[in-house]
Amino acid sequence: MEGCTRNEEACPQLLDLIPRERDWIVKRDERSHGSSEEKKLELRLGPPGEDWSLNGNSRSNKERDESLLSLGYFSPMSSNNNNNNNNNNNVNHHRTQKFISPSDKSVLSSSPWSYQLGNIHQHQTKVPSFLHFTSSSQGLPVTPNKASQPCCTKVVDLQKAEKKVFSPASANTAVPNSSQKRTAPAPVVGWPPIRSFRKNLASNSSSKPTSESQNVVPNKVPNGTQVETSRKGLFVKINMDGVPIGRKVDLSACDSYENLSSAVDELFRGLLAAQRDSCAGGTQNKQEEEKEITGLLDGSGEYTLVYEDNEGDRMLVGDVPWNMFVSTVKRLRVLKSSELSALCLRNSKQGKMPPKSALK
Amino acid sequence: MLKMANSFPEEVLEHVFSFIQSDSDRNSISMVCKSWYEIERWCRRRIFIGNCYAVSPRMMIRRFPDIRSIELKGKPHFADFNLVPEGWGGYVHPWIAAMADAYPWLEEIKLKRMVVTDETLELIAKSFKNFKLLVLSSCEGFSTDGLAAIAANCRNLRELDLHESDVEDLSGHWLSHFPDTYTSLVSLNIACLGSEFSFSSLERLVGRCPNLKSLRLNRAVPLDRLANLLHRAPQLVELGTGAYSAELRPDLFSNLAGSLSGCKELESLSGFWDVVPAYLPAIYSICPGLTSLNLSYATIPSPDLIKLVSQCPNLQRLWVLDYIEDVGLDALAVSCKDLRELRVFPSDPFVVEPNVLLTEQGLISVSEGCPKLQSVLYFCRQMSNDALITIARNQPNFTCFRLCIIEPRTPDYLTLEPLDVGFGAIVEHCKDLRRLSVSGLLTDRAFEYIGTHGKKLEMLSLAFAGDSDLGLHHVLSGCENLRKLEIRDCPFGDKALLANAAKLETMRSLWMSSCSVSYGACKLLGQKLPRLNVEVIDERGHPESRPESCPVEKLYIYRSVAGPRFDMPGFVWTMDEDSAVRVT
Repeated sequence: MEGCTRNEEACPQLLDLIPRERDWIVKRDERSHGSSEEKKLELRLGPPGEDWSLNGNSRSNKERDESLLSLGYFSPMSSNNNNNNNNNNNVNHHRTQKFISPSDKSVLSSSPWSYQLGNIHQHQTKVPSFLHFTSSSQGLPVTPNKASQPCCTKVVDLQKAEKKVFSPASANTAVPNSSQKRTAPAPVVGWPPIRSFRKNLASNSSSKPTSESQNVVPNKVPNGTQVETSRKGLFVKINMDGVPIGRKVDLSACDSYENLSSAVDELFRGLLAAQRDSCAGGTQNKQEEEKEITGLLDGSGEYTLVYEDNEGDRMLVGDVPWNMFVSTVKRLRVLKSSELSALCLRNSKQGKMPPKSALK
Repeated sequence: MLKMANSFPEEVLEHVFSFIQSDSDRNSISMVCKSWYEIERWCRRRIFIGNCYAVSPRMMIRRFPDIRSIELKGKPHFADFNLVPEGWGGYVHPWIAAMADAYPWLEEIKLKRMVVTDETLELIAKSFKNFKLLVLSSCEGFSTDGLAAIAANCRNLRELDLHESDVEDLSGHWLSHFPDTYTSLVSLNIACLGSEFSFSSLERLVGRCPNLKSLRLNRAVPLDRLANLLHRAPQLVELGTGAYSAELRPDLFSNLAGSLSGCKELESLSGFWDVVPAYLPAIYSICPGLTSLNLSYATIPSPDLIKLVSQCPNLQRLWVLDYIEDVGLDALAVSCKDLRELRVFPSDPFVVEPNVLLTEQGLISVSEGCPKLQSVLYFCRQMSNDALITIARNQPNFTCFRLCIIEPRTPDYLTLEPLDVGFGAIVEHCKDLRRLSVSGLLTDRAFEYIGTHGKKLEMLSLAFAGDSDLGLHHVLSGCENLRKLEIRDCPFGDKALLANAAKLETMRSLWMSSCSVSYGACKLLGQKLPRLNVEVIDERGHPESRPESCPVEKLYIYRSVAGPRFDMPGFVWTMDEDSAVRVT
């Protein structure tokens, strides 16, 4: 193909790097739609040290139904299997998933990833309805392959989303993922591709009957701020002294002050180091210069975590029971302990402190 | 020609160049010869930067010393769908800080998908003496405090547009920071804001700005306030209503209908949150003049939508929820012969059973009835190859075709075949197609068609499609004009990417998430193509902690003359020569 030739000329330096013997169009002839043009394609490059024979991947039209099963999300995993054997168990999970059929409820419910979220269960209950949908409203013969394919995809993706939320490394970044999960039963992050405010709109509107065209009773006009809170759930904005960038933290994923403290550390450690770096003018050894942000709660560290509550008062984080904190916090701020005017904080708080016994 | 050009005084050439607005033409001019390059760079007033990390503010300022209008884009498009982790980057502050010194006469700033802080807005407010236009589209990171600074200080502000931005709503008070002497407002879009604000200050603002042409309100503005506002601004061309609901009161209806009919210039309507359809007839009197109708926030049942669109013979753009149903699109095809753009959004995308009767049939009707249709975004639940072929034949002048079949990997519902042939027909017939999003069950064959026919394609979105590297190879080697490619959950990996590495330097960016690209391949790319920034986004921790053959979570590659960026968060790693050296 012309493109290939051009590429070859354009970046000869790449060619030196990679052995040429690999042929990535292995068993092309088995593909019913292989064109003569494709045959001219040759591998110019390949990843180093990998065997790229696609012997596990060859398929013909006859096998199409089967291939539907493996087309999706995990097929690359399984076809790259020999490369990934020593991989994390992520891959193994995917591979196991492949054999789960929707009827295999026992397998599903006993699997390690099916216990956590409500929407998984929703999914399980929806599986039959999907089958029903394809069979009745479309009048199609439901082949087992056809039906199981989307279902097990969902399970896989769910599990993936799950992993993201619960893996420690993602505490700082799981915000968009989990926020979406909460508002919608969709198993795949970012799919269908709709902006989050539209999802919000949809969930508001789906309760409205559309058939009563002439006398739709208006829902009480939702105040914008209420919408905001219902959509964002327990996400609270957080800013840090010396870092120009605000972040959001998911309080529902924290559960305790200790977890919140480490989440704050994860959110800002890198940014803070980057900020120091850029102030110092150097950008090297960024990783090494990052140091943990500690002592946020007891005032022993360089920074102290404070929050603004629903009445606009600024308070120290950690002084009220967690649940009460969660229900009143509006936004968080990490202040330099040296600049913290402890007096004014305490004053505003005194009047509000509920008797702790009442909360227990 | 060169000789003649050199015989002109610079001033003459400068004057000639000033008539040339298109960026690409200006770029061509600057490549004619050294003197044209010099003349052109001194008189360039507008600049568009499609990726804020592709060039540094310093480089821009060095080359173009007198910019008046800048448009900057930040995050990848997939950020719209939560695929880019929060904190990824796209900070505008370094740009504004640099421009504050270099361009005191900067008038216009348009930002898209960027992080803007209140400090940045304050800097804008105080740095640019003749500041006129601020468009923050899908931006985040700022609050109404920053807006207050803009309102208070930018005396010549004409346009403030917060299009779909995520603004922290501290209070509605910011609006009253526009001074009483301020009268230059032409366009105000605050539809994305949540909080209520002082309606009297809004009314006064609207009343004292005689040139106000566009006003898009937010959901907090109640319907009974609208008539009053409209009475003060009969010159409006574009109106976004607030909440379009109230208890049914004849006086309210007649008041509203009266004030709307007084707005003879109205061409564009949007808003209609919480709409009560019984109030829709109030806009009928202005419908004949409407060219644009955004009802994508409005849950209007099909019968009412049909009545509405049949009043709008001059409609060119319609955004609507799928409540319109096939029957409504039939009516649209009959009534709106001038339609250029149609977007149909799903009202409830997360249910399995369809909640409305919207199928491929509606799109077929519109493609048959609306000969000028160029751009489509269509969410539906079933599609067939035959339908796509029909649509492609009906409408060869599509420039933008985005079809989202909500369930991933849905085959042709009639034949259970992949939709390869259908999308093949789209790219084959629509020779001017610039933007394409595909969905449904697709094999590599679909990408063969796209690579073969999609010669003008500039942006391509792929999800849950293809079956091997060959698919991606077809696209990268075939689509000559491809600028942006975004891929998620496709089994595309190293081979296709490495084989077409040089192609990446001709593109603005490539996004791949949940694909099969290995960390080793990313390193190789970053090492060998220094003009590309290869960024691995992995929330599981450092990719070095896994085998090189392990696929990376997300990969974002873009060309840059600025080198690696310095503001990467902890979950982004750039694959430059250093990192390659470090690891080997």
